Amino acid sequence: MNTFDLLFFGLCALFVLVGGIVTVGAKNPIRGAMGLLVTILGIAGNYLLLEAELLATMQVLVYAGAVVILFVFVIMILGPSAESARDAHSAIPRYFGAGLLIATALGALGLLLPKADAPLTVFKEAPDGFGTIEGLGRELYTKDLVPFELSGALLLVAVIGAVAVARGRQIDPTALPSAAKSKAAPKKEASAHSEAHP
Amino acid sequence: MTAVPLEYFLLLAAALFVVGSVGFLLRRNLLVLLMSIELMLNAVNLTLVAYNRSHPEGHGGQVFAFFVIAVAAAEAAVGLAIVLAFFRVRKTIRSDEADLLKN
Repeated sequence: MNTFDLLFFGLCALFVLVGGIVTVGAKNPIRGAMGLLVTILGIAGNYLLLEAELLATMQVLVYAGAVVILFVFVIMILGPSAESARDAHSAIPRYFGAGLLIATALGALGLLLPKADAPLTVFKEAPDGFGTIEGLGRELYTKDLVPFELSGALLLVAVIGAVAVARGRQIDPTALPSAAKSKAAPKKEASAHSEAHP
Repeated sequence: MTAVPLEYFLLLAAALFVVGSVGFLLRRNLLVLLMSIELMLNAVNLTLVAYNRSHPEGHGGQVFAFFVIAVAAAEAAVGLAIVLAFFRVRKTIRSDEADLLKN
């Protein structure tokens, strides 16, 4: 059990890190989306290890099933222009910033790790119903009911906003010249008709 | 129960966050920028769930992660819509071409 858990964690961590690096480094965004998918699956595995079964399911459903597919759809719509060549323009400040960030992270790790003399935190036994639909749902629908409803409103607003933004400025089809002509033509005819027969 | 200690998860989440933020700083492709944001949100979620597992009396961390997932989905939808609208104007998705408010 012990070694199996560690092996599973190692596999998931590998998924997460390799997927993340592929997402960030891939020149082709489709490859990046696949890297994101691998990362998300690895995170879902970690949730399983942390006994958050409902969240692991939702992670796969929402991220792998919706977000990554949305990315792939947008890449498909953009076609070849989804891929942007790497350029030297303002490359130095960008690489400097990224290098500074990595150096800070590694430096913080190097400063903190030697000082950490406390033993590793091993998890206690979780109570019954921890992370299940029942346990999480009970809390969502009692203590956190208001934020839950608000998140529903947020999703509704996001759907409307996404449609409004992505649609752009549409030309009113009735205002098109051809439509106006075809509309105007029968009117003229009708008026001519009425003039012919007063 | 789970043999993997809390610190491993925290280290993994920190590493993923660094990867995501480096991608956000380094890349010029708007789609990759959005994916990097997703990576960072996932890293934060992993931290929340791991801390919740070490304090299993309530579900606070998991509920928070739930809301983060909802917000991330909304953000992805609106962000990709903005990318499409931007592409319609500029015929590119390079983020340094996004200077419509400049001058």
